[in-house]
Amino acid sequence: MDAVLTPLLDILRPIGITEPVLQFMLVNAILGVSIYLTLHAGMFSLASAGFMAIGAYVGALLTQQSDWPLWAALLGGMAAAGVIAVPIGLPTLRLRDIYLAIATIGFGEVVRVLILNFDDIAASVLTTLQGERVRFRLIEGARGIKGIPTLTETWHLILFLIVLGYLLTRLHRSRFGRAMAAIRQDETVAANMGINVVYVKNMVFILSAVLAGAAGVFSAHLTRIITPAAFGFDKAVDILAFAVLGGTSTWIGPIVGAMVLTAMPEVLRFLKEFRGVFNGLVLLVVIVYLPGGLVNPAGWSRLWQRLGRAQTASPSPSTGVD
Amino acid sequence: MTHQLDIQDLHVSYGSIRALRGVTFHIDEGQTVSLIGANGAGKSTTLNAVSGLLKPVGGRIRFRGQDITGWRADRVSALGLVQVPEGRQIIATMTVHENLIIGAHLQRTANTETLLDQIYGRFPRLSERHNQRAGLLSGGEQQMLAVGRALMMQPDLLMLDEPSMGLSPMLVNEVFDLLRDIKGQGISILVVEQNARKALQIADYAYVLERGVIAREGSAAQLREDPHILAAYLG
Ligand SMILES: Nc1ncnc2c1ncn2[C@@H]1O[C@H](COP(=O)(O)OP(=O)(O)OP(=O)(O)O)[C@@H](O)[C@H]1O
Ligand SMILES: [Mg+2]
Repeated sequence: MDAVLTPLLDILRPIGITEPVLQFMLVNAILGVSIYLTLHAGMFSLASAGFMAIGAYVGALLTQQSDWPLWAALLGGMAAAGVIAVPIGLPTLRLRDIYLAIATIGFGEVVRVLILNFDDIAASVLTTLQGERVRFRLIEGARGIKGIPTLTETWHLILFLIVLGYLLTRLHRSRFGRAMAAIRQDETVAANMGINVVYVKNMVFILSAVLAGAAGVFSAHLTRIITPAAFGFDKAVDILAFAVLGGTSTWIGPIVGAMVLTAMPEVLRFLKEFRGVFNGLVLLVVIVYLPGGLVNPAGWSRLWQRLGRAQTASPSPSTGVD
Repeated sequence: MTHQLDIQDLHVSYGSIRALRGVTFHIDEGQTVSLIGANGAGKSTTLNAVSGLLKPVGGRIRFRGQDITGWRADRVSALGLVQVPEGRQIIATMTVHENLIIGAHLQRTANTETLLDQIYGRFPRLSERHNQRAGLLSGGEQQMLAVGRALMMQPDLLMLDEPSMGLSPMLVNEVFDLLRDIKGQGISILVVEQNARKALQIADYAYVLERGVIAREGSAAQLREDPHILAAYLG
């Protein structure tokens, strides 16, 4: 793996993409796929940040407190996110569009507030149970968990994404993948065609949560410190931006979107304080000129046609013929 | 004898709007039944309640003796009770082929290929355009696709909601020829139509729906002669 990675990093480093930056690009790519899955089945869910938090905290506790190896903590974090997705998905996935978005934002906030107060809640529960004052410190509220071992390596992430890409390709050719696409296009038709819409939506929601959980475990073992603030509303919107920038017509889209948006502030470091504006600007331009996102051949050809027409029209603007 | 489909005292509401107020009718195996009525009479509501897209507030729906009232739409389809919804509802952004494949969703084991060959054999125009986006088909071709997709599900009872809507007279004839063909295979048909003349030509039996209740019923031959029907629905 190093034989590929070292030369790759040699190319990327001059434009500002160091190994840690690349690692965050890859973690965010997983998050991009997480939101892609729900969007691809017609669900406007912003729950990925919340599930990422669950993965991050469960994973960090497993390696730090229980000395689990990373792969086991990864499975643990993914499983925790997936299990929690079941009771969240069943009631909320009845909602549609903006209502689902709001409900899933609410879920993210609940996760954040629970993390903030987890130690206090646990302490008071234990105090009532044992009849004497108990001190409880595990996840440290707003201060966050510190000193998490940095176990994530770049090749873990690359391998994870390769396996994920293979599975997604398989998924899209499968019965289940077709059911997802049909539901996105028209739920009623899908139901009439014998597709169990509730089941498919909930399964997709769980898969999306599991991926976000994996991203959480990986990122916790990159940053050494995790705080609930890192997984709040801002993060949820960032993840949505990955899908908007890359487009959701294929799973490549959100991966590209995530990598571009993560790399851009680093690549544009020379712009100093203006670089923050750039992500917003690029998003805006893409939404206006390439509504289907960066990875969307139909969108590019439409843009190309528009540009071509603008050019051929410009020498003789007075004719007034379109 | 149990009927294939037996609807008793069906009530369906949209909030405070009572769209069906006690609809009772039945279909026997292999029979072609037509449901006719004016705009807003409750025809689509009836089909959607049977197919599981709407939950009735009262009454019973039985299919081959089994109570399916309030079942989820996918479970109803799995029984072989398949709906071609109003306005065709093909998936515009998918190709013709993909639309048909969706129809085969329920056929876990049966060979999709054989079924596809049958459909393409019956609809040569779909075969020619199998890689084209369904939204680009003409209205008539879209209707053929919607019926073809339903046939992929190997229905025992096919319910069609205004299959002739928006089609030119020639295409209307084509659609009804197709229905006659399906009928010949022994598949029962429940067809909702405003084009009562056409519907009464292929139906064995018909019900007239007026403001949420069955106002009249009879064999197609009887209804064709009925002065009330003549005035109201046959122009
Ligand atoms: N989604 C809805 N919300 C509220 N009212 C509805 C809804 N759908 C139908 N209705 C009402 O229920 C009644 C029956 O409608 P339905 O669509 O079943 O009529 P129809 O016989 O199929 O008419 P058409 O021939 O125009 O298709 C109408 O009064 C209609 O306004
Ligand atoms: Mg109708």
